Amino acid sequence: MGKNWKKWLGATLAVAMSATLLVGCGGEKKAATSNEIKIGGNFELTGNVANYGQSTMNGVKLAIKEVNEKGGVNGKKINLIVADNKSEPAEAANATTKLITQDKVVAVIGPVTSSSLIATAQIATDKKIPVLTPTATSPKVTFDNGKVREMIFRSCFIDPFQGEVMARFAANSMKVKTAAIYVDNSSDYSKGLAEVFRNAFTKLGGQIVAEEAFLQKDTDFKSAITKLKASNPDVIFIPAYYQEVGMIVKQAREMGVTIPLIGTDGWDSPKLAEIASGAALNNTFFSNHYSSEDKDPRIQAFVAAYKKEYNQNPDALAVLGYDGALMMIDALKRAGSEEPKKIQEALAATKNLQVATGVLTLDDKHNPVKSAVIIEMKDGKQTFKEKVNP
Amino acid sequence: MQALRKQDLLLLGLAVVFYAIVQGLLMADIIGPFWELNIVLVGINIILAASLNLINGFTGQFSIGHAGFMAVGAYVGAVMTVKFSLPFIVALAGGAVAAGILGFLIGLPTLRLSGDYLAIATLGLGEIIRITILNIPYVGGASGFMGIPRLADFTWVFFLTIFTLFFIKNLIRSSHGRACISIRENEIAAETMGIDTTRYKVLAFTIGASFAGLAGTLFSHYFYIAHPASFTFMRSFDILTMVVLGGLGSMTGAVTGAVLLTFISAALASYPEWRMVIYSISLIILMLYRPQGLLGDKEISLSIIKRLTGGDSRAEN
Repeated sequence: MGKNWKKWLGATLAVAMSATLLVGCGGEKKAATSNEIKIGGNFELTGNVANYGQSTMNGVKLAIKEVNEKGGVNGKKINLIVADNKSEPAEAANATTKLITQDKVVAVIGPVTSSSLIATAQIATDKKIPVLTPTATSPKVTFDNGKVREMIFRSCFIDPFQGEVMARFAANSMKVKTAAIYVDNSSDYSKGLAEVFRNAFTKLGGQIVAEEAFLQKDTDFKSAITKLKASNPDVIFIPAYYQEVGMIVKQAREMGVTIPLIGTDGWDSPKLAEIASGAALNNTFFSNHYSSEDKDPRIQAFVAAYKKEYNQNPDALAVLGYDGALMMIDALKRAGSEEPKKIQEALAATKNLQVATGVLTLDDKHNPVKSAVIIEMKDGKQTFKEKVNP
Repeated sequence: MQALRKQDLLLLGLAVVFYAIVQGLLMADIIGPFWELNIVLVGINIILAASLNLINGFTGQFSIGHAGFMAVGAYVGAVMTVKFSLPFIVALAGGAVAAGILGFLIGLPTLRLSGDYLAIATLGLGEIIRITILNIPYVGGASGFMGIPRLADFTWVFFLTIFTLFFIKNLIRSSHGRACISIRENEIAAETMGIDTTRYKVLAFTIGASFAGLAGTLFSHYFYIAHPASFTFMRSFDILTMVVLGGLGSMTGAVTGAVLLTFISAALASYPEWRMVIYSISLIILMLYRPQGLLGDKEISLSIIKRLTGGDSRAEN
């Protein structure tokens, strides 16, 4: 009897699990004539970079909530339908397919990371549904094989731009002549930035005196730092992520390297100060999409609204998500219809749009031209140094 | 023997009918692209689960590096179609052979280990493969191999899945397969009976790896991209979960596990916040009440169906 009981439970479970399948199949979705506009949100809600996806989604949701409270777009409310892509490219393709074909959205926001976005690009192109990524910074996202991806848009600046910003900051604002580069060889982000920085800095009359490389998850950087120190540069450019940057900065300061260290948005994390132990970070600068210290009233309004909604400080991804949603809303308004083709055209024509982080105009490669900020670390705190316009 | 052949033909016939129905529904657009994608994913997962089952379930070697072999297949196949413009079928063969060769080379030393040690070695191995790929700029490095044409479709996946299942089923029923099973049951006894255990372990490992490579090639040619993030040890665990859920050592169990888990994951896509919670809870409950997996080591077969409907009973396996 006892055995039978287990057998039945097993069978019941199997049936119950199969039944969950029907949940997905069932229920024909409403036709597009309702009084809402369906936008898909494809975010990294679980997996490796879940914190990125969550922040971005929070930003997107906040923007949509605000516009819905003001009566929506062209008299219709925006309904954001969210799908999780588990931080994985194939799942991202799956999620976008679901949003487009099951939920019948007219446009998709996300994914957050470049590789996941690229995995969805072909599907969006085939189905002729515009996709906007608020955060994917690889140049290949919108421009590949010498062709613009017609359906793909973004609302953040691309990687190379930051390399240029930092080269200009070093040459013009810091007025240094020589620089060294310490690159993360396991990341394309880092290698791409290093290359742009090298070219831009040399063009501005500077000189690269040394280049060293490390790999993600390395923990001892002393030998490379010794070599970099020996070449006697005025500044060291470290385009990498906060985990390694924190340790590099700490070890460099311990070894008596006092020159400024500069980097890019990969540095942006509260963890940076924890790893590097605050004071070591003095005299370091990095470029970012925005600073919550920025006195610009739009930024302050956004920060206040975000704090009220989620009870935490917005990070860069949150503000980018917010900006991305604003760009989408603006396009929907101008398109005046829910036809994906019209929305696509409107997105492509985005011009002088005021978003939280500045004024945004899309170039012919679907990349926005917008400003970046330089952040200075002071006693472990991010402070706003200056705004660099393109 | 005759009866077996007849049964195989019958199964094959059923498979073709099933294919015709699904293909018809696809062409009539009754099954939308989302479910089409998941049906393809089911096929790929069945290949992965069935091939891992050969290693873990039938030969009793605990391998958790399957994602690594899948990655090799995905990348080798993609290089062949994209960089050398070879036909898809050559790429499929290439992906499978490359993964198989790697499985062979790695199997030789590691399969001398057993139990936990083998698990750790294969886990490490999968990661080594992934990190190696991560550092090869030729295949896109950290940003993944992009621009792969979508050459795989439901037809390819379906027939390769059927091929895989028949291949492994026939292997299991051959003397080689029985040697593998004897290793699982009692390695020392098998050795005493004159079975070259290392040879059969390596054989199972190599075949399992090459089918994983095949699945990898299909995977990259369906999703347009081969990315290191798709082949982390989490993928290996996913495949392992399918096998364990369905029942270690059961072919139909592996199929059931792959189908169930893929569809559950897809069905829960609309509830992103609860997806992983529900998924995990169903696994926990299942393991509590049915630790041997849904089917244990039993098979769903025509003769059982016949027996249930009152026909003659013929012993299976």
